[in-house]
Amino acid sequence: MSGGDGVASGLYERLKAYEGRSAVTRGVGRDPVNAPMIRHWCEAMGDTHPAYRGPDAIAPPTMLQAWTMGGLSGHSGHHSEHSGRSTAYDELFALLDGAGYTAVVATDCEQEYLRPLRPGDRVLFDAVIESVSERKTTKLGTGHFVTTRMDVRVEGEADEGGHGRGPDGAAAAADVAAAAEPELVGTHRFRILKYAPAAKRPERAERSEKPEPRPRPVINRDNAGFWEGVAAHRLLIQRCVGCGALRFPWLPGCNACASPEWDTVEASGEGTVYSYVVLHHPPFPAFDPPYAVALVELAEGVRMVSNVVGVPYDEVRIGMPVRLAFLRVDEEWELPVFNGLVGSGA
Amino acid sequence: MRAGDELPPLEIPITRTLIVAGALASRDYQDVHHDAELAREKGSPDIFMNILTTNGLVGRYITDYLTGHIGPHCTLRKVAIRLGAPNYPGDTMVLRGTVTAVDGHMAQIRVIGANGLGHHVTGTVTVLLGAAR
Repeated sequence: MSGGDGVASGLYERLKAYEGRSAVTRGVGRDPVNAPMIRHWCEAMGDTHPAYRGPDAIAPPTMLQAWTMGGLSGHSGHHSEHSGRSTAYDELFALLDGAGYTAVVATDCEQEYLRPLRPGDRVLFDAVIESVSERKTTKLGTGHFVTTRMDVRVEGEADEGGHGRGPDGAAAAADVAAAAEPELVGTHRFRILKYAPAAKRPERAERSEKPEPRPRPVINRDNAGFWEGVAAHRLLIQRCVGCGALRFPWLPGCNACASPEWDTVEASGEGTVYSYVVLHHPPFPAFDPPYAVALVELAEGVRMVSNVVGVPYDEVRIGMPVRLAFLRVDEEWELPVFNGLVGSGA
Repeated sequence: MRAGDELPPLEIPITRTLIVAGALASRDYQDVHHDAELAREKGSPDIFMNILTTNGLVGRYITDYLTGHIGPHCTLRKVAIRLGAPNYPGDTMVLRGTVTAVDGHMAQIRVIGANGLGHHVTGTVTVLLGAAR
């Protein structure tokens, strides 16, 4: 989280290097395709399709991945021998875990079914790491998408006649043991997000003990002048030197004439409520709902978003006159806000 | 079956039992699909449905429709889904489908499953229509 861009991009290059490498090599299904698991699946899904019952039953095609799952105990026995999970895949996950992306959620599943699976079929599977995304921020948190593609095969029927091809007796025997080539029965592309869970919201009790500081603005060379003005209790509006247009919030160039040259004018502090909302929910740390957030039209003509204070939140109205004030929100931070002027008519 | 045909919607109550039964039937023991406390530690308000169950429900929705409206010999060739808003206990998901293309014995159906939070699943299912033989 504290790592800068350089650190993050270095991580991405290392993650990216795993693209094309094996995720699973020669994985073997824990159980052959079987009627009880098919029945459990159909019961859970509420699926009463007749094709999944009786002597000629097939497995629901969408069960494809289920036959490759390790289950509660994983692929027991010699772990890597059965799960087939490659060291490359383990390393990729360790890298992501180490970077704080410890949680996982599946986002995409694309399956193709070449022939139905039937009870007795022994499932084999191989998978490759297709791609690792750049760092993405989602509602759940920030992380990387990892896409794998799995080929699911079924062990060939042992050919009773044997494969006695060629004169070399030893080679022929090995061929019989290997039986026929496994048959490709389906493909399974799977995308997961490995992410750092967004910070847990502190419990109410913890919150009242130690108030959260207000979120800090990002100050850069394009808006530093505005915050310097706030520190001096002056609300500064940018003015284009080229065409004289006022602009707010601060921007590097003029939207009207594209001139990068600007100076400032100090706002008189008078304004009116152009529009507003009252925030009841959700509560954010450092804020105490309900409170009014307004788009204030300054006397100079530009508009800015801020809080209306000094009047009850439910008395704020469009057109209400307001006047600039500077509110100390915590020990080291002041913000420009607007006092609602009641009694002066709206 | 023609492009533009709409499938009747299927309403699925998202119970805790469905989420847990689906996870176990698909052999998915990730704690977020059965343990609410551990799910919350990972930033989720509750347990949520796993992708294999969603996949199974989409498959059921399509094959039930095909069996009822076309015939018993239709088969799934391809199911491609993307998950959005999670299916949490107490919600209801409504699956809807629209036939987007029919080419000979192949047809494509666009599926959307919406819950109280938004689109839980969007996807495309390719089916082989039963050749009466």
